[in-house]
Amino acid sequence: MKYMMFVCTDTEPETDESRVPDIEVWVAENDAAGRRLEGNVLAPPSAATTVRVRGGEVLLTDGPFTETKEVIVGFDILECADLDEAIAVAAAHPMAHGGRVELRPYADL
Amino acid sequence: MDAVAVAHREHWGRIVATLIRVTGDWTLAEDCAQDALATALERWPRDGVPGNPGGWLMTVARNRALDVLRRAAVEDRKLREVAMTEAPPAPDDRLRLIFTCCHPALALEARVALTLRTVAGLSTSDIARAFLVTESTMTRRLTRAKSKIAAARIPYRVPEGDALGERLTGVLAVLYLLFNRGYDGEPVLADEAIRLTRMLGTLMPAESEVSSLLALFLLQHSRRHARRDASGDLVPLDKQDRDCWDRPAIAEAVQILHRTPIEGPYALQARIAACHATARTPSDTDWPSIALWYDELARIQPTPVIALNRAVAHGYAHGPAQGLKLLEQAQEIRNDYPMVIAAEADLTARAGDNQRAATLFREAAAATTDGPERRALLTRAAELQP
Repeated sequence: MKYMMFVCTDTEPETDESRVPDIEVWVAENDAAGRRLEGNVLAPPSAATTVRVRGGEVLLTDGPFTETKEVIVGFDILECADLDEAIAVAAAHPMAHGGRVELRPYADL
Repeated sequence: MDAVAVAHREHWGRIVATLIRVTGDWTLAEDCAQDALATALERWPRDGVPGNPGGWLMTVARNRALDVLRRAAVEDRKLREVAMTEAPPAPDDRLRLIFTCCHPALALEARVALTLRTVAGLSTSDIARAFLVTESTMTRRLTRAKSKIAAARIPYRVPEGDALGERLTGVLAVLYLLFNRGYDGEPVLADEAIRLTRMLGTLMPAESEVSSLLALFLLQHSRRHARRDASGDLVPLDKQDRDCWDRPAIAEAVQILHRTPIEGPYALQARIAACHATARTPSDTDWPSIALWYDELARIQPTPVIALNRAVAHGYAHGPAQGLKLLEQAQEIRNDYPMVIAAEADLTARAGDNQRAATLFREAAAATTDGPERRALLTRAAELQP
């Protein structure tokens, strides 16, 4: 099962008192285990362009598609047996400790 | 027909649990279990109740699932698996079902509804009525939960290792919520919570907190006929008619506690409840033991509400001065929880300061929204300051 993992900031971060994992270790471990297929850090929302086509016309907006304070700062594509495995991978990501991480399964088409 | 109703209660969860394992389709599993019961309703009065009603229902439900899958042209492999369930269902299927229904990736209200529907076999309309929502809202809630299980691939299994303890705590929290909901006015939910906890206890006999939770439920439930007066108002523990308490339920709970080690908060709560339930009169209550159990409970769950109850217990066990001292630890919830003021009032009265106690009882009454409770507090104030 493939999951898209959105790595986001949190506007009300509560400091997690447990030791925050190291991102290099997280990437190395999950790449080695074949659980992380792809992933990257994204440029800030100020670099985003939103594209819509309406009435045959391409409409462009400067900035992200939603105006929220939380920002998607990166993503990873995971290959996991099930949600429990994906949760374990997400919980070990440093941004789960100060920001938040959303797991979205690929749609079954 | 009674035999069908009994078979429904006893076998529903097992049939649904097994069909989910072999077909992976929650809705199909429920539909087939329902069909098997409808067939029983038609045939049993005519042909007699089969010797093994559960096995009969399982066979009919399995054949029905096979028919549906065959018509939907599901690949052969799956068909073979379903056909192979001639053998008795694996004993842990219901355990898989309950852990999946209570998965923390589902919303709490969905966990509760799904447990009642698929494990306990309550109808969607009964669940809707118990939670005061329309049937279509409840149907949507259940459908959404089942879709999420499939779409996000929530695994159908009992967690292992470190995850088990954490997830079991979550399952017990769902049962606790169900019981409290029943205790507050939907008796069917309290009965279901007890039935499900009993089932979980037989499936996980080594988990002491499951047994302790069952004992706690039995003890609280034993007071169900004494908790309210004729007008439906709550009757405090010390004013209840103890002859109305369910003695066999209390005896069962006490027996369970005798053989269950103390390994978590439910074990402590159940022992506190047992001290109350086994006291012949309010003055026979073993307050020193209750105070000790609360000391333990406050150590593992240092919440203001437990601090309040601990202070009250110490007040009875070791005098009002000790109670008032410990009540300091509950003062942070004084504004949201008038019981803190009422407890302070009661301890102050027993310490002999009637005037201050009366003032506090009136303060507690002013902060209480519940009518009968407010009247009771004002009565106490009037008694102290006639």
